[in-house]
Amino acid sequence: MCGIVGLFLKNPALQPELGRLTSQMLKVMTERGPDSAGFAVYGGAHHGQTKITVRDLAPEQVATFEKGLADIAGPGIAVIFRNDHMVITLPTEHEKAVRQFISSFGHGVAFVSSGDSIELYKGVGLPEDVATRFDLAGMGGTHAIGHTRMATESAVTTAGAHPFSTGPDQCLVHNGSLSNHNTLRRQLVREGLEFATENDSEVAAGYLSWRLSRGERLDEALTASLADLDGFYTFVVGTRDGFAVLRDPVACKPAVIAETDDYVAFASEYRAFAQLPGIENATVFEPEPQRVYHWEHAA
Amino acid sequence: MSNMQEIDLARCTLREANSQLQSEDATGAWAIRNPRGRHALAVGLTTPIDVLIDGQAGYYAAGMNQHANITIDGNAGPGVAENMMSGRTHVRGNASMAAGATGHGGLLVIDGDAGARCGISMKGIDIVVRGSVGHMSAFMAQSGTLVVCGDAGEALGDSLYEAKIFVRGEVKSLGADCEEKAMTAEDIALLQSLLESAGMTEYPADSFRLYGSARRLYHFHVDNAAAY
Repeated sequence: MCGIVGLFLKNPALQPELGRLTSQMLKVMTERGPDSAGFAVYGGAHHGQTKITVRDLAPEQVATFEKGLADIAGPGIAVIFRNDHMVITLPTEHEKAVRQFISSFGHGVAFVSSGDSIELYKGVGLPEDVATRFDLAGMGGTHAIGHTRMATESAVTTAGAHPFSTGPDQCLVHNGSLSNHNTLRRQLVREGLEFATENDSEVAAGYLSWRLSRGERLDEALTASLADLDGFYTFVVGTRDGFAVLRDPVACKPAVIAETDDYVAFASEYRAFAQLPGIENATVFEPEPQRVYHWEHAA
Repeated sequence: MSNMQEIDLARCTLREANSQLQSEDATGAWAIRNPRGRHALAVGLTTPIDVLIDGQAGYYAAGMNQHANITIDGNAGPGVAENMMSGRTHVRGNASMAAGATGHGGLLVIDGDAGARCGISMKGIDIVVRGSVGHMSAFMAQSGTLVVCGDAGEALGDSLYEAKIFVRGEVKSLGADCEEKAMTAEDIALLQSLLESAGMTEYPADSFRLYGSARRLYHFHVDNAAAY
């Protein structure tokens, strides 16, 4: 069992509330996933700039790390610390060099996500504690996806917490378990992908990123996954401009969507919506199995 | 409704609410305010009381009901009226998956649509759905009646025993050992009485089709002996 929440804002006036609403929803899903939690928050994209989230930089390494960044990109880099994560905003032309610097830095520093607008945080512990640690309630943005994990396929670690980000501005959260992830991981590794964990959900994320990198649209990649991924799943996939939902053909993992003029909300259970504004007049429905649902802001 | 006894879940715990309703001394009409999608609302009731759940219900609402008349004024989550023994449960909105699962008796009425596996393993319950039902509905249904005024999803009545299924709209596909049957006068009378009980008399009984078990699957056939 796991819990998923997602909130896509249609009304820009709600953007300052994104983190607060998402953190409320995440907390309600604690019973579905008390081991660990994580969330991706999209917003604040600026042309020519890239955001990179990294985690587990030890305090004594901060000065060395920041000097390394400055040596690559000069004064054009901004860094924000949130607990054990940091978000680096840098001119896009330096992204490749900075990514190389991060992966070779060592000392346990791990890359989490990169893109125009994604920031991604995750950790072990009760969802409420994880959200508080990063001050999710204080974050704004256009859309967010969160996950509460009850581990089945791999260990309870920060690396095993969702969302998984395997491509620019992409992330995936998963409720369920995949049975062919080892085979698929080997195939994707032959295609040049790298995986950080033994987790089945990371393989699903990598699979979609691989298809997107070949020029497919998100709905095409998700439709293809119906044939290639074997197992139980409700997926919510985030992109720079929106999010998508897909359930496996048997649809044994729950999913419910609430839509109003102001937002589209996704959750594993209705009760996560109970505190959303205007929920009493929302259109509430369950997504059908094998059908790709997709909401997007105009680019 | 006057004389309605109120339980406000914004002020008391679910367990306090259910133990009041489960009391053998409970009588009259009750309303549960602020349900907010909580699970296991009004479960295990044993007396003929009226209960209104004033909003959305979570998992297993009205489960194991005996004798009570429960109305959900909203959508219901998975497993509504699961294992109902008798009485009545009425969902004014949509129901999620496994509505009426394993129910032994009573009547479940759903004004909206029901999700996948509606009436799975039903054992005597009657279920009337004004909208459509999802895939694998009435899977292994043993007895009772499922009435669907809308459409049915894939694999309707898979591995069916002796439950009867009436569908007014399209059936996407029939499951293993489920087949269409000719309707007898007795079937028409059964369907009419269920539509009346559910308040859906606008649908004439002869606009439905009847599906039942072909009885090829649950009898042992000696030709299959090598398969075991």
